Amino acid sequence: MLGRTAGGLYWMFRHLERSENTARLIEAGMRIALTRSDDVEKEWKSVVTTAGQKDAFLERHDRFEQANVIDFLLRDRTNPSSVRSVVEAARSNAREVRTALTREVWEATNDTWLTVRDTLARPVLDRELPDVLGVIRRESALVRGALHGTMLRNDIYNFARIGTFMERADNTARILDVKYYVLLPSASYVGTSLDNVQWETILRSVSAQRAYRWRSAGDASAMGIADFLILDQQLPRSLVFCYRKIDENLGYLAADYGEHHRCHELSHDLLLRLTGRDIGSIFEDGLHEFLGDCIKATNTLGGAIERDYRFTA
Amino acid sequence: MGRFDGVDVRPGYFDEMHGDGTELRRPYRNYDEWFSQEDPRRLLKKSADAEALFRRTGITFNVYGSEEGDERLIPFDIVPRIIAAREWARIERGIEQRVRAINAFLHDIYHRQEILRAGRIPTGVIADNDAFLPEMIGFTPPGGVYTHIVGTDLVRTDDNDFYVLEDNARTPSGVSYMLENRETMLQMFPELFVKSRVRPVAEYPRDLRTSLAAAAPHGTVGRPVVAVLTPGIHNSAYFEHAFLADQMGAELVEGHDLSVVDGRVAMRTTEGPEPIDVLYRRVDDAYLDPLTFRPDSQLGVPGVMDVYRSGGITIANAPGTGIADDKAVYSYMPEIIDFYTGEKPLLQNVPTWRCSEPDSLGYVLEHLAELVVKEVHGSGGYGMLVGPAASKREIARFTRKLKAKPANYIAQPTLALSTVPILTRNGLAPRHVDLRPFALVAPNNIRITPGGLTRVAMKRGSLVVNSSQGGGTKDTWVMED
Repeated sequence: MLGRTAGGLYWMFRHLERSENTARLIEAGMRIALTRSDDVEKEWKSVVTTAGQKDAFLERHDRFEQANVIDFLLRDRTNPSSVRSVVEAARSNAREVRTALTREVWEATNDTWLTVRDTLARPVLDRELPDVLGVIRRESALVRGALHGTMLRNDIYNFARIGTFMERADNTARILDVKYYVLLPSASYVGTSLDNVQWETILRSVSAQRAYRWRSAGDASAMGIADFLILDQQLPRSLVFCYRKIDENLGYLAADYGEHHRCHELSHDLLLRLTGRDIGSIFEDGLHEFLGDCIKATNTLGGAIERDYRFTA
Repeated sequence: MGRFDGVDVRPGYFDEMHGDGTELRRPYRNYDEWFSQEDPRRLLKKSADAEALFRRTGITFNVYGSEEGDERLIPFDIVPRIIAAREWARIERGIEQRVRAINAFLHDIYHRQEILRAGRIPTGVIADNDAFLPEMIGFTPPGGVYTHIVGTDLVRTDDNDFYVLEDNARTPSGVSYMLENRETMLQMFPELFVKSRVRPVAEYPRDLRTSLAAAAPHGTVGRPVVAVLTPGIHNSAYFEHAFLADQMGAELVEGHDLSVVDGRVAMRTTEGPEPIDVLYRRVDDAYLDPLTFRPDSQLGVPGVMDVYRSGGITIANAPGTGIADDKAVYSYMPEIIDFYTGEKPLLQNVPTWRCSEPDSLGYVLEHLAELVVKEVHGSGGYGMLVGPAASKREIARFTRKLKAKPANYIAQPTLALSTVPILTRNGLAPRHVDLRPFALVAPNNIRITPGGLTRVAMKRGSLVVNSSQGGGTKDTWVMED
């Protein structure tokens, strides 16, 4: 396979994953805005920060007003991570790697782009927002469904999956990092209703509120949530789950090509960091430091994959 | 009311379904029988479905000069253009003769130049031709093939007369529409294909691969590695590049995927460099190699021409074939066919005035309102004047252009292009068409796919069929005997 094709697949699925994650972040932010009337701007600020676009946002707007934040995250072309931008980018990637995709995957991606383009052609009104966010999530599920249902389990598939889980790991780590102060046991408002709303937001932004309820039998503790999102082996958005998937898929590539690279070592290291850990020791060492390290290590791994598989000349 | 009282034809133009409006031509009999029993509303709905299908599949083209990312659909009309077996046999022989002559001509021009020595065409036609590449002098491409793929533009003026409008020996496009149009028709109207015996076109991609592989460099070991070189996703024909690569099972590469490694052109794969044997390039000569041609090109491969000349790769079509596309050279095609084959041309050339010749220029200037004027090196319907449809101001503007640079233009009579009906809200209506069949040239044979791209001017009365000017396409049926 061409190195450029591998890179195109990787980025196509990172972009698709990002569109879904951004939709979820907005949904969680909206929930908070509806529940609490004071300090809503602070919540929207943390949403923009989680999306990694705080500086870009402040170049365009002075304050984190809801309408501006939503438009910036959904439609703003100057924001490379807006849903519109990433769906456009994913579709460009798909056109570039067209020969690596089944007709079903290509058509689902093209459809996503057509639908999102039309849906986001005009500013989204508050009353339309739930539907619009629903459309975005549904469309990305269609591409995923086509991928699982029609693609050979070969290197093409592996690069697509690695892109998905790299983006997802980064996203989960960021959500936790932006909100880590809420999770700190020492925080003064532990146990208040405010605290509960914040926890719920965290879970909601990874679509895990329901799963967590069942898992914890309703016991919402800071450590419990952190444990769930970092160390749970079954939650498809936990850090350890994402790192395991990346490691597996890189492993298939190594077996397929008969060659080990630096990215394989980095990925093993990253997985080892989480294996056998318990959440108590992570809190002791410092949650913020731990998450910061994870984000940095994920970036380093991304760079290594790009070089080892010759994405660019 | 008589059978043909409601038939819409343009007086003075040959209609391929209804002739002069008083008959139903034989190749269309089955179709007409089917059509007359169909509900027009159902057909209009099908037609809208087809458009949605094309949009969904991403069969679009980018329009130059419009906002980046602006993709348009080429309008598709659901009424097929039908060609009888005996008509096709003539076209096929004519194209084969022409393609053979063009390859012989290119070989001669880059070697002994006998045709110039014999004075059959003036030296200036070659010497002043930008498409002539000195780098190709004395070099013979692998298998002796210059034009691996040719798309000959034909127009019809009546029952018997076909004219060649252009030879397109450089990088003809449009074959993906031939294939997708058929695919769409098969999906929408399977019953029609049960009734009519239409020759299939679906073998084209396999034939293309076989043909390209047969022209691989001497000494290629095993199955030749074929790759399609595209300028990238912003090129107007990108869809076709991806489509053909996909159908052939060949890699779709861009310039920055390739480099010269150990004297071979290799693509950068996830496992390291892999050499390529045959490069089907959809990048113009000028951009092919920044070391040899335009140094600012980002689309090509530095050093590919050196590898080519040392026999390490086949480039299809060969660099320098563009001279055969030049409209001044076109005007000598009857001479060229006679010189290399000793035969009379089976397909006619359109009479052409070369404005570089003072007498011709004088005639052209006096008769601009009747003529079509084209740029010698132009293509795609850009920069041409259709006299009968032009305003006084346009004619005045062209008069100035012609006087300023006469050698840049040729002029031809306005041909009475045949019409084929399209489906409109008011039923069938005649529209002008042309035809581009595709010929594949291998060292030992020439294959011409029975069919081609029928382009149709969607506007009533318009003679311009180019997609860049709003033209559409039709499925083209060549019937079994």
